[in-house]
Amino acid sequence: MKVALFVPCYIDQFYPQVGIATLQLLEKLGVQAHFPAQQTCCGQPLANSGCERDALPIYKHFVQTFSDYDYVVAPSGSCVYHVRKHFDKLEQTADVQHVRGAAYDLIDFISTVLKVETLPGAFPHKVGLHLSCHGQRGLHQANESEMTPVRDGQLHRLMASLDGIELTQLNRNDECCGFGGTFCVSEAGISARMGQDRVADHVLNGTQVLTGSDMSCLMHLEGIVRRAQLPIRVMHAAEILNGVVT
Amino acid sequence: MSHAIRADKFLLDADRTTWHDETLWFVREKRDRAVYAVPEFQELRELASGIKNHTLSRLDLYLREFESAAQANGVYVHWAADAAEHNAIILDIIQKEGATRIVKSKSMLTEECHLNPFLIKHGIEVVDTDLGERIIQFRDEPPSHIVLPAIHLKKEDVGDTFHTHLGTDKGESDPQRLTEAARQHLRAKFIAGEVAISGVNFAIAETGAVVVCTNEGNADLGVNLARVHIAAMGIEKIIPRLSDLGVFTRLLARSATGQPVTTYTSHFTKPAPGKAMHIVIVDNGRTQQLGRPDFRASLKCIRCGACMNTCPVYRRSGGHSYDFTVPGPIGAILSPNIDMKKHASLPFASTLCGSCTDVCPVKIDIHTQLYKWRQVLGEANEIPASKKWSMKFMGRVLASTRVYGLGGQFARKALRLLPHGLTHAPSMNAWAVARELPEAPKQSFREWYAKQPQPAVQPTQPQIPA
Repeated sequence: MKVALFVPCYIDQFYPQVGIATLQLLEKLGVQAHFPAQQTCCGQPLANSGCERDALPIYKHFVQTFSDYDYVVAPSGSCVYHVRKHFDKLEQTADVQHVRGAAYDLIDFISTVLKVETLPGAFPHKVGLHLSCHGQRGLHQANESEMTPVRDGQLHRLMASLDGIELTQLNRNDECCGFGGTFCVSEAGISARMGQDRVADHVLNGTQVLTGSDMSCLMHLEGIVRRAQLPIRVMHAAEILNGVVT
Repeated sequence: MSHAIRADKFLLDADRTTWHDETLWFVREKRDRAVYAVPEFQELRELASGIKNHTLSRLDLYLREFESAAQANGVYVHWAADAAEHNAIILDIIQKEGATRIVKSKSMLTEECHLNPFLIKHGIEVVDTDLGERIIQFRDEPPSHIVLPAIHLKKEDVGDTFHTHLGTDKGESDPQRLTEAARQHLRAKFIAGEVAISGVNFAIAETGAVVVCTNEGNADLGVNLARVHIAAMGIEKIIPRLSDLGVFTRLLARSATGQPVTTYTSHFTKPAPGKAMHIVIVDNGRTQQLGRPDFRASLKCIRCGACMNTCPVYRRSGGHSYDFTVPGPIGAILSPNIDMKKHASLPFASTLCGSCTDVCPVKIDIHTQLYKWRQVLGEANEIPASKKWSMKFMGRVLASTRVYGLGGQFARKALRLLPHGLTHAPSMNAWAVARELPEAPKQSFREWYAKQPQPAVQPTQPQIPA
């Protein structure tokens, strides 16, 4: 299989270690992913702001970049959701349809395509999961509390398989963190308050390491954790898994 | 004024924001427990959505069927194109009856049409008989929630209001005593009421009957004591058959408050001997929404309020921050249809988390419609100019690998070199009001990758560690 790595723009610029961990983790799972250097962004920031038309050249660039690959894997469910759901605005050529179907969130790719549900390795910490809305409600990577009391999902299964790990039981399992793309500045007050409330839930229930599979939510939550100088470490799931799998 | 500005005012009282959020989250959790207990809940949602879609596709036929059936029951049926016609029709009925004392049960439609101030201007006394509605009527405030209209008020606030208007003891905040005071006060109003106005939850085309769901029984008391009953309904309240009703009553109260069913589900079919019954069927922008394919499904709404209770933005900004009769996510997709300019910020008052869509009992794709309204507003130039131009600029940058790479280098360098006080100045950087910026690394991922020995691009076979 021919796998491309898509490193979303903000990860490329601010969290290169997450891109590196994703690449190395995939390698350890036997997948040699390639990073096509001409890639930029999925266009979501523009489209969510009501400027879908201005995003169309970015969409086209994305499709051109990735149409030769069987899978496009990204450490960000939100970008993947955008490609899958909102690239319907493009003319649905064979390439466009292929790329929409080939886009996978990293954890989804590991669980669904590689069919890996457990990983060897130890991570003896209390870990709180942040279930990102686009991964959970958009890509159905975890059960939604709106539907069922059963708390299960891809990230939960992978993390729970690590030795010595303890997963935090949150008061609100899957409430939105308030990042929301440009929402985080256009509704900065509500966005911050939502993030503070989410972090408070983790503090209350003893999270030492806060993780998730979407770096955008984690960037927002990390910003709040660092401002409040809280004893919580924020890490992308790829960083944890790459660190423990040898 | 934008939603964000009104939300910031609400957020100033941090403790009250916490209380408001927790109160509505409690309702959401109650809803969850009620939903989990019904194994076929998701099938019910699908069925309800299907019935509503079907009905909306043949709305003209069902409305005429309903009108004929209602007329055969001896009910007067009126058609109102807009709020002004709705108000004029109701005033005319009241004046022909020579009545001046009106009791009204809960109706979001009459709120939408601003019926109360219109009637009061014409010398008519209107008393809202739903407890929450009566509280906010005393305070001269609009409802902040469609099911729980006074949810923004604490019992101490109600105590102050009742002290002023009903003469309860100063500082009295015991819910039992306050409710008893309201009960005694309303009883006198019920007995004096000449005309009763009610809303409509469901209108059954087959029988011509209207169904009103309440927990307080105030609609029944009002209607049965008054000479005349006027029921006001939007055109989207129609369902085809009586046998369809059970699907909706099973969904409505569970979604709204977590109850299996509302305390009262009252069927009003024909007037009692010697009395009169009128139904006013109102469009007021609904056919316009029906004509928008992307937003038509918003007319499936049965006004349960579940999307408000679950919305993390609504819970922290309060219903009044939406400045529209119907607040919350559903209000944000209904309001631009009425006045795109005035309500332009509402579709942006969401993270698009999708929880509203997941709780909606009739499966309205609320968060997708929010996204689509954003595009409509963007095309209509109803988004802030700063946002529009920065997005255009970003579009250019992100469509070119070279410009993007250079821009990223520049931004990271600036972030590393500029003093923290400048990069985090709240006046220039809304992000930094409550958050630190990420620490800018020296090299981006692509810069790191370019320095690695490049593997040949060839298909690989995954090998899963045991």
